[in-house]
Amino acid sequence: MWRLRLIPDTTDIPFLRWRKILFVFSGTLAVLSVVLLFAKGLNFGIDFEGGILIEVGTERPADIGGMRAVLGDLGLGEVSLQEFGSDTEVLIRIERQSSDAEDQLAITAVREVLDAKFAGEITYRRTERVGAKVGAELIEAGIIAMILAIALMLVYIWFRFELPFAIGAIIALVHDVLLTLGMFALFGLEFNLAIVAAILLIVGYSMNDTVVVYDRVRENLRKYKKMPLIELLNVSVNDTLSRTVMTSLTTLLALAALLIFGGEVIRDFTIAMIWGVVVGTYSSVFVASAILMYVRPGTGTNVAKSGFGDAERTKALDDPAEDEALQRFAALPDSGDNGEDDSAAPDDAPESEATGSRASRRASTSRAKRNKRRRKKRR
Amino acid sequence: MVVLVCAAAVLFAVPNLFSQRSLSSSYPGWLPSQQVSLGLDLQGGSHLLLEVQVEKVLVERIEALVDDARSALRGERIGYTGLKRRGQKVVLQLTKLENIEAAQELLSDLDREVEVVGTEAGAFELSLNERAIAERKNSALGQSIEIIRRRIDETGVSEPTIQRQGEDRILVQLPGLQDPERLKRLLGKTAKMSFHLVDQTVSELDLARGRLPPGTMRLPADDEVDSEGNPRFYPIRKRVMVSGDALVDSQPTFQDNQAVVSFRFDASGAKKFGRVTQENVGRPFAIVLDGKVISAPVIREAILGGSGIISGNFNTQSAKELALLLRAGALPAPMNILEERTVGPDLGADSVEAGKIASAIGLIAVLVFMLLYYGLFGIVADIALILNLIIIFGVLSILQATLTLPGIAGIVLTIGMAVDANVLIYERIREEMKSGRSPFSAMEAGYKRAFTTIFDSNLTTLIAAVILYLFGSGPVQGFAVTLGIGILTSMFTAMLVSRYILVWWLKRFRPKTLPL
Repeated sequence: MWRLRLIPDTTDIPFLRWRKILFVFSGTLAVLSVVLLFAKGLNFGIDFEGGILIEVGTERPADIGGMRAVLGDLGLGEVSLQEFGSDTEVLIRIERQSSDAEDQLAITAVREVLDAKFAGEITYRRTERVGAKVGAELIEAGIIAMILAIALMLVYIWFRFELPFAIGAIIALVHDVLLTLGMFALFGLEFNLAIVAAILLIVGYSMNDTVVVYDRVRENLRKYKKMPLIELLNVSVNDTLSRTVMTSLTTLLALAALLIFGGEVIRDFTIAMIWGVVVGTYSSVFVASAILMYVRPGTGTNVAKSGFGDAERTKALDDPAEDEALQRFAALPDSGDNGEDDSAAPDDAPESEATGSRASRRASTSRAKRNKRRRKKRR
Repeated sequence: MVVLVCAAAVLFAVPNLFSQRSLSSSYPGWLPSQQVSLGLDLQGGSHLLLEVQVEKVLVERIEALVDDARSALRGERIGYTGLKRRGQKVVLQLTKLENIEAAQELLSDLDREVEVVGTEAGAFELSLNERAIAERKNSALGQSIEIIRRRIDETGVSEPTIQRQGEDRILVQLPGLQDPERLKRLLGKTAKMSFHLVDQTVSELDLARGRLPPGTMRLPADDEVDSEGNPRFYPIRKRVMVSGDALVDSQPTFQDNQAVVSFRFDASGAKKFGRVTQENVGRPFAIVLDGKVISAPVIREAILGGSGIISGNFNTQSAKELALLLRAGALPAPMNILEERTVGPDLGADSVEAGKIASAIGLIAVLVFMLLYYGLFGIVADIALILNLIIIFGVLSILQATLTLPGIAGIVLTIGMAVDANVLIYERIREEMKSGRSPFSAMEAGYKRAFTTIFDSNLTTLIAAVILYLFGSGPVQGFAVTLGIGILTSMFTAMLVSRYILVWWLKRFRPKTLPL
């Protein structure tokens, strides 16, 4: 059967050798993002700024000029109109009025004049209004949520790995968040509640990717105790590369479907997510691992101790007796008959188990040999 | 166990395939029939966040306290000056210092809820104690919710959600609402009605200049205007002759082809109304609603039956609305609408349609991709993925969770991310095979070693989902819910379901190598 192959089975790409150039690249992008944030600022939607948003649908292609004219006469301050997805849908934004009551009057007035001018041809698809008070609270909640999410993840990584990993992961996260914000500032995309949700999700996703790489680093740190760190990191990134690419691709596939077919309302959200997945993947491969070069995770006790029973499990690699347990574990999902022989009666189980362990003993011996060879070669 | 969970999930997910109607008529009754409910952004409807101005209730209470203090001090002939409300407090100054103790005692006995503090020589401050304030606020909010519920029920909106939020807020969610403007008009009015006498001693000039005797106030007319378009003002006696609380019914009707609102008092209200009208025949009697004079007709004869008619500049619609408001009762305090989100049914339907298409295409793309990349193992991952989706819907149905547009996005995203666990496992199995293990051994090692990785990496995403749920509102919460459930179910399907299938396949065909 023909099989799609995107990543060769064994890769040995010297990612870490490029780390200086990539640091400069990432650093520049991050700094640019900050500059953009301050110089241009984000295009806050009504969720944060307060204000009124009305989406109307029309029977025939909308007469935006006509609408603008009648709405301009109302004296509601800044009113912007734009086509939204198709030429029969128009998005009207009106700046926040002086009070909640004034906002209400503005909505009523807008509906009145539009109904008068386009009688029977217009439907109100969506009306959103956020008062100043709520806007301020939403900003606060968004910032708290973001900080809390990052802090919790830092604690989690610290707890499950060790501090250097946590530092690396957080730097990668901040990098992703900054670049996403920078992208929004650069293109002036509307920044609203959904985007905050998207960024939180990017944080989660990027962390997910980073953890997979770090998990491998942790494992390899125990496996190859004498390997130079740079080489070890490189092996780890290469080992996980095909998974990283695969998952990013499937996620991007799903997001692309959402972008193309998901409708106008969640378009910006999807764009943020797609960008976040790309940046998150990049940062897990290039940034997060490279940072470990500088914060130097210990090869010693701390790593071995962390996690539940990982240390023992690693030992199991070289210990044939433990592989027997592995075989028993293998049979778990299948209640009743055991191991390699599905026609065997339950009382045959011990025998087949023995066969299994013999097989795995063979396997693990060859593994140990191979590992030794590999280590020698690396030295 | 695994089979059982999957079967249960299918059972709970299936009702979502049917329409509401066919579900109630032809679906077997013994099967679970809860459906995932659609959020307001998908079925259309209004979300309103209201703020009750509870401090207005306190101000009213303090003003009543000023009156109480005045009559108490007068009753004991204790001289005072500067008795008035200042913010949330009543302040006063005694004229003679020898009365301090008597006054302290008198004021303290006024009300259990009141705290009296002597600020300086002969000066007092009266304020409500904290418990009283909390109680007042609490009951004002509770009452407001009750009144809002009555008003909404009168309009016939089905399944409204009316929830208290925090200290002074009420969240109202109305699915499938056709006319949000009308509802906002109904909720935006306090509907406090009262009947007052008009002060006929005030000249037009004094009224215009605002020179009014104590006990009289200047109130604008609801819709009468003078020749220049400014509202007309009335001199109204402050004393409430009959209050709207005494109303038991109110209906819109017609009088001389003009829309009017009829009302009826309860027994004590009827008695009061009868006495007042009897004593004041020939004088104008003002009907005041929310600080505006609706009309001030001259009393032609005593009205003893306890019912009457409010005429004003009504049309059929506004008469209907006023009658409804009077029937439902007055809000204890005015309300602000802090936030409004209304989605029309068209947009909701469009979003559902777009969501369905996007999910289907996303799903197919991922299924095909996995198949191309992993072959047979891809099929297993695909089965796990489809099962995963079914379980998500099953869990959403059991939890009676609300599906929102971002929630659909969450599901699409889950489709993409759910295969992650399988990818991690497969890549691991590949590695184990390369290191020379037998298919069975490689698979088990793959599953086992991948578990920590899957656990750690999914937990970080789960943290993000939980925080989104805690800090998000409405639609964003829906996103967090589907995402969170998706992460958990994808771990389940990848770790158990796909493994179950693979173990079965291994035993059945005993391959020498794994086609990975």
